[in-house]
Amino acid sequence: MAAMTLLSTESLSRHFGGLRAVDDVAFTLTEGEVRAIIGPNGAGKTTLVSLICGRVMPSAGKIVFEGTDISALPAHRRVGLGIAYTFQITSIFANLSVYDNVALAVQTGMRRGGASLFFLNEATLIARVEEALEKVGLDDRRDMQAANLSYGHQRLLEVAMGLALRPKLLILDEPTQGLSDAEIAGFCDLTRAIAKDATVLLIEHNMDVVMDLAERITVMNNGAILSEGTPAEIRDDERVQRAYLGT
Amino acid sequence: MSVDSSPIQPTKPVAGRRSLFDKVLFVHLAALAILFLAQFVLSDYHHLTLARVMVLASFAVGYNILFGYTGLLSLGHAMFFAAGLYGAGLAATQLSFGASEAFLAGIFAGLVLSTLIGMIVLRTSGVSFMIVTMMFAQAGYLMSLYFGEFTRGDEGFVLQGDIRTAHLFGLSFDLTSPDVRYNIALALLAVCVLVCLALVRSPIGRILIAIRENEERARMLGYDTYRNKLFALVVSGTISAAAGAAYALLFAYVGATFASIQYSILPLLWVLLGGVGTVLGPILGTLLMFYLVDITSEYTSAYMLAVGVALIALVLFFPKGIIGTLRDKGLKWLP
Amino acid sequence: MDFGPYLFLASLEGLVTAAVLALTALGLSLVFGVMRIVNVAHGEFFMLGAVLAWWFAGLVSGSPAFGFLIALVLSPLVVGAVALLCERTVLKRIDYNPEATIVATIGLLYIIQQLALTFYGPDARPVQAPINFRIVFPWFGWSGYKLVVIGVSILLLLATWFVLTRTRLGLIMRATQYDRETAQAFAIPVDKVYAAVFAIGAMLAATAAVLIVPIQQAHYLMGLDPLLLSFIVVIIGGLGSILGTVVAALIIGLSDGIISVFFSPTLAKILATLLVAFVLVIRPQGLFGATQR
Repeated sequence: MAAMTLLSTESLSRHFGGLRAVDDVAFTLTEGEVRAIIGPNGAGKTTLVSLICGRVMPSAGKIVFEGTDISALPAHRRVGLGIAYTFQITSIFANLSVYDNVALAVQTGMRRGGASLFFLNEATLIARVEEALEKVGLDDRRDMQAANLSYGHQRLLEVAMGLALRPKLLILDEPTQGLSDAEIAGFCDLTRAIAKDATVLLIEHNMDVVMDLAERITVMNNGAILSEGTPAEIRDDERVQRAYLGT
Repeated sequence: MSVDSSPIQPTKPVAGRRSLFDKVLFVHLAALAILFLAQFVLSDYHHLTLARVMVLASFAVGYNILFGYTGLLSLGHAMFFAAGLYGAGLAATQLSFGASEAFLAGIFAGLVLSTLIGMIVLRTSGVSFMIVTMMFAQAGYLMSLYFGEFTRGDEGFVLQGDIRTAHLFGLSFDLTSPDVRYNIALALLAVCVLVCLALVRSPIGRILIAIRENEERARMLGYDTYRNKLFALVVSGTISAAAGAAYALLFAYVGATFASIQYSILPLLWVLLGGVGTVLGPILGTLLMFYLVDITSEYTSAYMLAVGVALIALVLFFPKGIIGTLRDKGLKWLP
Repeated sequence: MDFGPYLFLASLEGLVTAAVLALTALGLSLVFGVMRIVNVAHGEFFMLGAVLAWWFAGLVSGSPAFGFLIALVLSPLVVGAVALLCERTVLKRIDYNPEATIVATIGLLYIIQQLALTFYGPDARPVQAPINFRIVFPWFGWSGYKLVVIGVSILLLLATWFVLTRTRLGLIMRATQYDRETAQAFAIPVDKVYAAVFAIGAMLAATAAVLIVPIQQAHYLMGLDPLLLSFIVVIIGGLGSILGTVVAALIIGLSDGIISVFFSPTLAKILATLLVAFVLVIRPQGLFGATQR
């Protein structure tokens, strides 16, 4: 399989006041890979993925997705192109049912396929919601109010919403934070299943998860990319160790 | 009454929707049927009052689409009601339109106004949105005074003559007849209720509710929230204008009072009382509040006190309104 | 009269409007700035100030100046007490939720208006000016009292500025405005600050109303215009900034005065409203939005 570039950034920068949260970053994702971004707190990981998904607009530089410059596109248009973002802090619609939460994501995907929201095929909608819920194992909780789910299940719902968008690129921002070991193991299996259809970009602090899942790892520090490589390469990289142990 | 914490789109009985018997639709049709049957038992006075209430309730149903379902608290809906009222009234007096054409002119005025105003006010959010809608409504009210040559300002004008007969599909309706008025008002309300019901149960309704609940998340699910909010505002404004146009044509009076700030506050009050984000709530709220003011004004002229106390009491003690509370208490399937 | 003197007269009238408007809007801006709530009943506190001024001034016989001074002191105090009562019984209990507060203060607006109508009546009543001299310009004479209004307003604005920027009370208020939680952590009694700010905001409006009531009679419906004009001023001038409020009040007051004289007061208000729209189009988030958390 030829390695196709899915997404790349050129001289991408974002400054907040005097703070260079992301500074002149050239970052490339290959189609189909599972990539982890790691780095100490404040390294600019979340800002970088926020720039990619459009929650934050760049101060300078360019983002190219499947050959198209998306730097100026608003977030919702990027979702339409296939970039899905799941929130670091669980951000489901707490007052809506699990079904409605996922249905909202499915609707976007269906509209991308050309369906009109006025005449949406309800049977397809239901089928695709159930498919997404089955993948994360929440199908028996379809009619519950999302707020009543346990924390771990809320994180899974968040992932189900990301999945239901049928993204080409799924960005997971600290997905295992606050999960139990058993839940983490389940999550890793789930991510591997997702990675068959989509490119996965994850920000993660749990190094076991990173080493287990990621095919390549990008290390960020002070808003810049410090190092990039396979898990084994990164493990042996002295600069990375220094950054983590403190300078 | 924080909209963020109000009860929300209940769990949808997905399987139930495929069955032949649609409980939700049945309840709403039953409510409309009760209103239809009421005309045969009511005294003349209540007959007339209810006709008025149904037109105003249509206004409240329209208001609720924006406030209750999309989470945008407008303090300026009087401008849309007045757009319909003046659109229809002036089309009749200045352009000699017939009643049906004047009604359409009123709706069209509301459609155009809400699109234009929406494109400006939706650049703001939260508290600024409330203030800016209020300011625009005030500008509208002042304009209805400024162009007193046509509108006759506060005094208003009365519709007389041919305009009191509506022609539609070759039939003639005498708009001075209480029965005709009642049933036209009911027809308007029925259309508004069914449109609202269809909307909030559709995928678009789901998006509007998502925007109310968490706009940032809705955007990250790929929705152009600005466009969806504009859509809600235009639907809401146009329904309000339809109510205004019907009010002008049925009750034959057009005046600046209906553009004043009071008519922006009243739909808010009606919706709060009946239940924010419920389809039937606005109707119940309008009915109860109308009679509350009616009854208090028999004993005292202090009707404003009733309105003021009701607003504060609702916010303090009863933030979900009547239908909203019922929904919390077990009728979870009510949209 | 020629155009020049006419414009001069219009500007003078505009300055009076601007002075009173600056005080009223500052009250609204202060409450929004510190408490993050919009007080729709602000105009009614203004009206209450005017109505009470008429009442207090009528209590004493003798020199009108004495009656006016009593009104100038007591009327804002009573209004402040009323505002405090509203804050404790209603706003505190809804935890200053922005939307609920708007609805609740609309309720207060109706209640205060109704009470004024019931006890004060539907008539417009004047209060006699404390001084009675005319400044004679070559083209027209002008009430000296209006100059007093401008002067006193400037003094009060300076005093407010001094309190906010140079005193401990001001520091506490600014700390609360900046970050409620942190302020609480530093043992600032946020609860009391809120009560005080709400009362002070209402008192500023009441003071403005006492000043204006010898020029413009007291009436139970007089509160709406100052409310809407204050909104315009606060949106254009930006929040919590005294300078912004004063500058915006000057722009709105002067243009209101000039357009009212040459065209019509209604047109002046329509144009002011459209100016707000213009500001919001240039700054999509609105001047409110920029400072919201």
